[in-house]
This record gives sequence, C-alpha cells and structure tokens, in this order.
Amino acid sequence: MQVPVEGFMYPNEIELQWSVLIVLYPFLTGLVAGAFILASLERVFRVEAVKPTYRLALLTALAFLLVAPLPLQLHLGHPERSYEMYLTPHRSSAMAMFGFVYLWYLLAVLVLEIWLDYRRDIVVLSQTTTGWRRLIYRVLTLGSTNISPRALHIDERAGWLITVIGIPSAFLLHGYVGFIFGSVKANPWWSSPLMPVVFLFSAMVSGIAVVMLLYMLVSSLRKEPIDMGCVDTVAKYLFYTFVIDFSLEMLDLIHRIYEADESFRSLDFMVHTRLYFSQVVLQIFIGTLLPITLLGLTQVLKLTPMVRKQIYVLSGCLTLIGIFAMRWNVVIGGQLFSKSFLGYTTYKMGFATREGLLTAIVLTVLPFVFLWVLVKLLPPWPERDSGALPDATPAH
Amino acid sequence: MNITRRRMLVLLPAAAVAWKYVLAGTPEASPNYQMTEHWWAMLIDITKCIGCGSCVRACQLENHVPDGYFRTWVERYHIEDWEMEYPKVDSPDGGKNGFPVAKETGGKNFFVPKMCNQCADSPCTQVCPVGATFVTPDGVVLVDQKYCLGCRYCVQACPYGCRFINPKTETANKCTLCYHRITKGLTTACCEVCPTGARQLANLKDPKDPIHEFLQTHSVQVLKPYLATRSKCFYYGLDGAVR
Repeated sequence: MQVPVEGFMYPNEIELQWSVLIVLYPFLTGLVAGAFILASLERVFRVEAVKPTYRLALLTALAFLLVAPLPLQLHLGHPERSYEMYLTPHRSSAMAMFGFVYLWYLLAVLVLEIWLDYRRDIVVLSQTTTGWRRLIYRVLTLGSTNISPRALHIDERAGWLITVIGIPSAFLLHGYVGFIFGSVKANPWWSSPLMPVVFLFSAMVSGIAVVMLLYMLVSSLRKEPIDMGCVDTVAKYLFYTFVIDFSLEMLDLIHRIYEADESFRSLDFMVHTRLYFSQVVLQIFIGTLLPITLLGLTQVLKLTPMVRKQIYVLSGCLTLIGIFAMRWNVVIGGQLFSKSFLGYTTYKMGFATREGLLTAIVLTVLPFVFLWVLVKLLPPWPERDSGALPDATPAH
Repeated sequence: MNITRRRMLVLLPAAAVAWKYVLAGTPEASPNYQMTEHWWAMLIDITKCIGCGSCVRACQLENHVPDGYFRTWVERYHIEDWEMEYPKVDSPDGGKNGFPVAKETGGKNFFVPKMCNQCADSPCTQVCPVGATFVTPDGVVLVDQKYCLGCRYCVQACPYGCRFINPKTETANKCTLCYHRITKGLTTACCEVCPTGARQLANLKDPKDPIHEFLQTHSVQVLKPYLATRSKCFYYGLDGAVR
C-alpha cells in the first residue's frame, strides 16, 4: 500500500507503528480512572449528591478496565509472549510496569472494592435467587456469607480504605500511560513532563462525562426520574476538571509556541494541515471550548431542568469526542512527522484488519456489553428495582 | 529394540538430515573472539561517500532485509549556501540503486549514509519492556528475535529512525553491525563493499585500530548529540544541516 509522503521521512518511518488501537488504549484507561475518581467523591470525600452514580461508576470502571488490555494484545506482533512482561520485566522500561499497574488496579482496587460494596447484595441474592443465577451468586460470595451489622461495618471500613488507596492508584494508572508517551525523548510531540498530568486530567474529564451520560441514559431506560441534584453536581465537577485540563493543554501549547525549538516549524505545519481537523476543530473547538462554554452557562444561568439535561447530554457527548480526538492527536499525530523534521507521512487505517476501524469499533462497544452484563448481575439500584432486598439470615 | 539392517538403512539418512538441521541452528564457533577485548564503533567519512548504494544492497543481501525496510540507507542532501535550516533531502528506495541526477543547481550536495548508531545509552534498549533489546558487552545493540513482543516501543524511541518491524517475523529489526561476521574477524557487509572506504568498522578497545589516530586528528561528530545517546557512529565531514 503506497503511503503519501510529503518532504523527506527516514525510510523506516513512512509506515506508522502505533495504530488506532493504541489511540483506544489511553481512551479506555482514561475512562476507567475518571469513573473511579468520580466514585471516590462519594466514598472518601462524602459528596452525597453523587451517590446515585457511585455503583454505576464502579461497574463502568470495571467494564472498561476489562477491555483496556485488548487493544494492546491485538496490536502486539507476538501477543503469546506478552506474559514475559510479568516474568522478566525490564526495569528501565516505562512500558514494563503496565502489567503490574493493571493487575494492581484491577484486582487490588476495583474488583475488591466492588466485591466489598456488593457483598451484602451478593449474599442476599445467593439466598433468594434460583437456578444458575443462584450458583453464580454463591460463587461470588467466595464463601463469605456473614452479613451481620458488624461484618458489614468492617466491609464499609475496608471499602473506604481501598478507595483511599484507589485514588492514587487511579492517578498512577493514567499518569503512567501519559508517562509512556511523555518519556520518549526522540519525539518532541510527546516528550513533555506535562504529558502525564494532561493525561490524568483528561482522564478525569472523560470518566466523569461517561458516567454522567450513562446515569442519564440508564435512568431514562428504567423510566426513573433523573436526580437533578446528582447530575448538577457531576456536571459541576466536570466543568471544573475540564477547565484545569484545558489550562494545562494550553500551557503546553503556549510553551511550545514561545520556545519554538527546532521541532516547532514541523509541528506547527502539522497542526495547520494534517491535524487541523482533529486538533483545532474537533479537539479544541468542538470537544473542549464548546462543552466548557455550555457547562459554564449552567453554572451562571438559572436554567430549567429540561434545558440543563439537554446541555449535559450535549456537552457530555462533545467531551468524549474531544478527549478521543486528543488521544488521536497524541498517538497518531506524534507519528505523522519525521524525526528529521523534514517531512510528513499519512495514516492509512484499514477496515476489517487486525488493527482496523472495525476492530476499533468492536473494542469501543465491548465495554458497554460488559457493563450491561455487570449491571444485570450486580444491579446498582436494587432497592428501587424490587423493593429493598430482603434481609438474609445473618450468620452468627 | 531390535533394529534390522533394512531399518538401519532407512534411519541413517533421516538421522543425517536431522543432524544437519541441528547444526544449522547452532551458532558458528568463534573460539578466538573475546567480547571483553572489543567495543565496536563505526566511522563514516561523508567526504568519501559517492551514493552508489552498494552498502544498502550488500546489507539487504547479507541480512535478508525485506524490501521497503532498511538497516542502512543513504540520504542525499542539497543545501543552498545559507539555508541550513531547510535542506532538501531524498533517499529513493533508501539509495539502494543510487540516485538520479540532482535537479538543483548551485548550493552543495553530499551523501550521508545512515545506520544504527549502536548507542551506548540507547533509548531503544531503555524502553524495551522485556529486555529483548540489549547492548552486548562488546557494544552492539541487538534484538533477541525469540523474545521480542513486537510492541514497537523501541521503534518509537529510536531518534534516528533505524528500527522497523520485520513483517515476516513481527519483531523489531535493526542493524546488528553484522555481528555474525565481526565476531569472526570479518568486517561488516556494508564496509566490505564500500568502493571508497567511506565506512570503517572500528574497535575502540584496540589501541592499534587506526580509528584512534583518525579521531585524534580530525573533527568528528555524531548525529543529534543533544539527545545524549552516546552514539558510536562517528561522522567525519558532517554538515550542521544533517538531521
């Protein structure tokens, strides 16, 4: 396949190494980290208003986290060797810690917190359901059926502690992804100490936005009224986080423009041509400035709940588009120019290939399928679905 | 086990074929080679390169480099007298078949052979998540093809564009400085065929190697020195415009 090249590229640079799947990876982990941090607002910082989203945020984080390593696996030339990262990690490599950070976050933080939070429900469901569902819930109890008030109190304290540990872990998970890019000194588009911080805040923005949208969607599907106090608070956090995120990105941009080092001419050309639509139009205007303005309006104007809901849905969707565009511009944009700063290449995305558009779409939809299964298995709103869960027989 | 004469006659050729394959997978012995006595480097004299592309062809043949990928290549620079920031560079098919006649008149034209810089502090080695890329005790950056995940992080980390993913093996590939040759007292394929001696393999640990006299008496430069990779690919006559 002939790739259009402008100017001069080193001959091995013409073909892009990291595809749309590597765009998806930080996008998905960002949603995980952001959703978890939103959940921690209620658990650790006692922001009661966002309580209706707490369990949904945790399940969303888990659903996305389960899918997050798949784009990486599909991208590897030898996925069957990926376990070597656990057995013989190369300590100087920023990437080598991925497996450990991932497992820590999945097993030590997210799964444990969800299990502790749901343990009472799981025990009750294992006693009230029948057939295969009963079997699943009995397995999920892990043999721990004591739901006495004292046991539940211990669960609560342990869950709180895990969330406290989970917040820096979520920061680590996504800051680390940013570091993988930010530490590549060969690539001036990536090489920046701000990269992990920008990744982290953009992760929080996208995670908060996706949970807000999911909460509103699920409420309307369940024909339940949307708790406006809840979404107003979530939107407020989204707005403030977004402002910080945008400020950091602008700081990076202004710094590059003012410093104007040897790579600047090349990068500037790229932003004005190949990345103009994805960076300037999609990321900055449609995906950042517009949602920030819309969310800002809800903070200063007295709007009706219906208008606010519409604004939240619109700005949430735009936010996700903007953050995806940001990931795209980092990953793909960082490979479109030559390290000689003398030329530019083009990204040709296949369709039904291993790293093509179809695979990317499937991997984007898959977390929502996982979330649907998780929600069916562990309903985040048991009290409203079927009345309060019946009391199980406490173990003595 | 009772082996009849007839069965023996059948088994022997099969065993011979099997033994041949066993030997084929065994590295050739280089009993006199001591890693600790070598620290390999490359000297490239830009003033001698004529852009014939022999080095690129020899490398591709010697190392079975797939078409469209390059362990070494040659760039042609054209610079007007003062516009160092805007050189015109071309490298058709890596310079494998030489270069067409230059269109530009005036200014200066020269050729720059490129290859892995065998950095002592190589960014590609640093980022490899499993250590499949490593620096040998004699100073050559190699890739363990049976260990590489094909994650491509090293390709991103190389500032000189010297790495690629071999589409046949799906692993990282690069110049090995013809390690299979130099450990047997031979020089690299590119040095072997260069008609002007523009490339010279050097052992920095050998006090008798002519490179020491050359480095003491000439101004040499490495590519992108500000990246502090401790490149061991020394260029003589390197223009400031070369990236």
